[in-house]
Amino acid sequence: MYFFDPHIHMAARTTDDFETMAKAGCVVVGEPAFWMGYDRSGVDSFRDYFRQLTEWEPQRAANHGIRHYCWMGINAKEAENVEFAREVIALLPEFLTRPSVLGIGEIGLHKNTPNEVTTLLELIELGMKTDEQLLFHTPHLEDKYLGTRMILDILRADSRIDRTRVCVDHCEEHTIRPVLDEGYWAGITLYPTSKATPQRAADMVEIYGAERILVNSSADWGPSDPMAVPALMFEMRRRGHAESLIQQLVYDNPLKFFSQSRNFQFTPPE
Amino acid sequence: MPIAPAASDVFDREFLGVRARLIDIAATLDRIDRAGGLPDDNPRLDQIRRSARLLATDAPDRAAQIQMLFSLPYRDDWQKAR
Ligand SMILES: [Zn+2]
Repeated sequence: MYFFDPHIHMAARTTDDFETMAKAGCVVVGEPAFWMGYDRSGVDSFRDYFRQLTEWEPQRAANHGIRHYCWMGINAKEAENVEFAREVIALLPEFLTRPSVLGIGEIGLHKNTPNEVTTLLELIELGMKTDEQLLFHTPHLEDKYLGTRMILDILRADSRIDRTRVCVDHCEEHTIRPVLDEGYWAGITLYPTSKATPQRAADMVEIYGAERILVNSSADWGPSDPMAVPALMFEMRRRGHAESLIQQLVYDNPLKFFSQSRNFQFTPPE
Repeated sequence: MPIAPAASDVFDREFLGVRARLIDIAATLDRIDRAGGLPDDNPRLDQIRRSARLLATDAPDRAAQIQMLFSLPYRDDWQKAR
């Protein structure tokens, strides 16, 4: 079965990972712009990173038969410096028109501060101006519940938002229900120790169904696993779930969500 | 969902894993005690103790409840505080 990994940071991964994923059936990856593990020293570091995501990574993926798409934005951690974030936001329009860009992401909250909210509102404003899909990062650990609820409040207050074109990512047991109830796509991230394991993700699918759920590895420079989506597929099979349900989760759903971006051009493998 | 496995089948499959994780938690708490222990009012230790008590209930959403135990509270007037 073919699959998408709709949220993975290949810039932090080796070419071997592309190969391993391709062998397991990966045909498309989505790479949101994020925090690289250290704060960048200036806006040109972002420009180079955005070039890496739009020029180099698609090539590296294509060498393994994988289509690489990306999301442009400034992550919540570096969004704390509002002035600096504005300089990065000013860069975004020239990249949003590039052929492999799906929208604005991952944006959101990290420590749920007023400055993070200010930057987030400006990013949403830009997204509304150019009619972008939006991908939201929700905070880690004890900050997740509060941050997710804050993001939902912000989105609810903005009548321009088309909820079917928004994914709220890194949902867990205590945040997935409001995200789905309010009509957004809910991302579930499969991580070894934080976020959700493949087992707990399968539990959430059993409880809420597969509609509007996107599962991803978010594999990056930290403890994470680029084979996490196949691990979930295996767990679902082990529990006796139908192949059609597994395919909906790992292929049909991300295909549907990505297809809503004007730049997404994908011919499914025969 | 297409399948509804018998609870006893799920239990049989998961039993050893659950047992191992519980012993692992117990051994970790013992290790902390051997190292001198924590003050009783340590808030994170309290979270762990409350989680353990939740495990012993038969609430239908224990995972979500434990998640909430480890979460900062949300107030719907947060925007006023900005
Ligand atoms: Zn990410």
